[in-house]
Amino acid sequence: MGYPIIALLAALALGASVPAVSQVPSEAPKPVKLNTTADHTKFKELQRVFASGPEVTKVCLTCHTEAAGQIHRTKHWKWEFLNPGSNQKLGKKNVLNNFCISIPSNYPFCTSCHVGYGWKDANFDFSSEESVDCLVCHDTTGNYKKPPGLAGNPPVKDMELPPGSGKIVKGIDLSRIAQKVGKTSRDTCGACHFFGGGGDGVKHGDMDSSLAAPTKELDVHMDAEGLDFTCGTCHKASSHDVAGSRYTPTAKDTKGAHLRGSTENRNPATCVNCHGKAPHEKAKQSERLNLHANKVACQTCHIPEIARGGVATKTSWDWSTAGKKGPDGKPMLVKDAKGRVIYDSKKGDFTLGENVKPEYAWFNGEVTYTLLGDKVDKSEGVTRINKLGGSAEDGKSMIWPLKVFRGSQPYDPDNKTLVTPHTAGNDDTAYWKNFGWEKAIESGMKVSGAPFSGKVDFIKTEMSWPITHMVAPKEKALGCTECHSKDGRLAGISGVYLPGRDGIPLMDTLGWSAALLTLLGVFGHGALRIFVARRK
Amino acid sequence: MAERIYIFKRFERFWHWSQAALIIFLMLTGFEIHGSYSNFGFEKAVDFHTIAAWSLVTLWVFAIFWHLTTGEWKQYIPTTEKVVAMTRYYLSGIFENAPHPFRQTQLRKHNPLQRLAYLGVLLFISPLLWVTGWLYLFYGSWPVWGLDGLSLQWVATGHALGAYLMLLFLIAHLYLTTAGHTPTSHIRAMLTGWEEVD
Repeated sequence: MGYPIIALLAALALGASVPAVSQVPSEAPKPVKLNTTADHTKFKELQRVFASGPEVTKVCLTCHTEAAGQIHRTKHWKWEFLNPGSNQKLGKKNVLNNFCISIPSNYPFCTSCHVGYGWKDANFDFSSEESVDCLVCHDTTGNYKKPPGLAGNPPVKDMELPPGSGKIVKGIDLSRIAQKVGKTSRDTCGACHFFGGGGDGVKHGDMDSSLAAPTKELDVHMDAEGLDFTCGTCHKASSHDVAGSRYTPTAKDTKGAHLRGSTENRNPATCVNCHGKAPHEKAKQSERLNLHANKVACQTCHIPEIARGGVATKTSWDWSTAGKKGPDGKPMLVKDAKGRVIYDSKKGDFTLGENVKPEYAWFNGEVTYTLLGDKVDKSEGVTRINKLGGSAEDGKSMIWPLKVFRGSQPYDPDNKTLVTPHTAGNDDTAYWKNFGWEKAIESGMKVSGAPFSGKVDFIKTEMSWPITHMVAPKEKALGCTECHSKDGRLAGISGVYLPGRDGIPLMDTLGWSAALLTLLGVFGHGALRIFVARRK
Repeated sequence: MAERIYIFKRFERFWHWSQAALIIFLMLTGFEIHGSYSNFGFEKAVDFHTIAAWSLVTLWVFAIFWHLTTGEWKQYIPTTEKVVAMTRYYLSGIFENAPHPFRQTQLRKHNPLQRLAYLGVLLFISPLLWVTGWLYLFYGSWPVWGLDGLSLQWVATGHALGAYLMLLFLIAHLYLTTAGHTPTSHIRAMLTGWEEVD
């Protein structure tokens, strides 16, 4: 009896326009796709077999006429970037790192992460519109793939890869993928960015496959069951140009929250863009915390550790030990107790870590690279492949968390330059096939157009990666004593007085000594009084 | 039989003891913030230190008012009279059961050394602690106040120096409470207001 009455009351309360629950309308409204106005499965142009990526792109461009032109202007396409501050020619095409080192002689492998098709050598046509890969960013099926070795092309039919290996890579159905395109997602961005450095979590530490569907604990913004941000929520693209840069990062956003309609051309991917400059509104000690935000990057306290999602990140890479063979005379892998590769004949020794505490440094957003032609000096100990500018005094710096990646890599001791070895490939000089550094470096340097003396030595190198992802819930932010203590996280940060860490040791010694002497004095005085009194 | 005089009035005793408690608590929390030891944890220590500091400020507002309105501030006017005699008493006379060179009255509660010591606390140690403490607390407002040139390191160092001096005072002060007519007469006076005098 009770239920219909409640239902009736509820219907009355909600107003007459609400249809009765039991009555199914004869023409139910279509389920609404909330994020698009176009259902690509209905497009006749896509209902066909595609024999290659460019064939798909040509069809995309019939409607999205300006898309390829937009892509052509981006770093994602050019892999080249002229730093306006330092005038250094950067971009993936030009820089070196201390992971897989460099791209030029290894194009077909490295360009599996290019947003294009067919970049197999230096002659790639950057003006080709049909070579733009729409699917790699707009796939929603998760089936799209661009295996290393195919120069960014997807396998359209089953193929043996690498040739002669006996391993078969399954072909994918481009038609189905093309009909299901949509917005970018953590998966599409992650297909490359989670795997930087040649494997899951290898390079960044704050980006790995655990961010595909993270918990709140791991990333408070991308939390798959919560805010569910995609990469693009912060890295807001405009005309296909994705915001944010590792070459010219925003170390200190002084402009506060970014309002709609603001015409300022600024990086929207900073914390301050949404949270403003005084973000600790309701927190205890909010004023004091906001004060911290003048000098300490949000990331420093709010990303307590990196590689927290169960995927280890590489922390060092020693190329100098590469080339050792197993007992059977073949290249080998050595794994640690957790099954992680710590030695690979092709690459040398690694160390890895999960829940890694970052290192910290003043950073003002200026990044200077050691490029191929730059002189390096082994006697200096460690060559910094990228140097982060910054100091306590320049007014532009904040204390940032960094993943500092240390390694040892081949260099030319006569010319005193870093080198660009040819590592990946199925040819006579590729290091991963032949294990000969001289040949590999000679052929690699030829492609780079740089001189090589023929001598090979190894030099210690270091790269710093400012950390900004894997923001933890506020309850997990660092406590005071992580930094305000003698051997805290900021032990190495100079130019700022940290209560709890700093002081003038001489004054402390004098202060406590004086207290002790006074104490001894009064005890002595007191003892003497008692002694004298007793004798009488 | 010793004579008893009423030296410390009710507010004065309240002021003294609450100030003593606050100063000791400020030392405990302050030296923790300074990194000398750990007890409450840095965050709590900062919280407590700030609360205790404002409590002491409040207490002082009342104490200053009381001193001015009652004329008790005159108790701290320094004098050289009997300073040498007092010093000699603490260095030798006290062991020989010599008579105390100073006789307390309601108008002269403090012996000349006490006057000097308290005046030192009032004019040097306390201002040093207050000024540096406030600057420390309002570090974020320095730019607004035009104090950009100030260095937190020197402010913190000055504050710590004040704390060490206060600690020295505290040790000596605690001991000298036993140097009255009897070892406990000064303490009893501070508790009850009544001091035994010769």
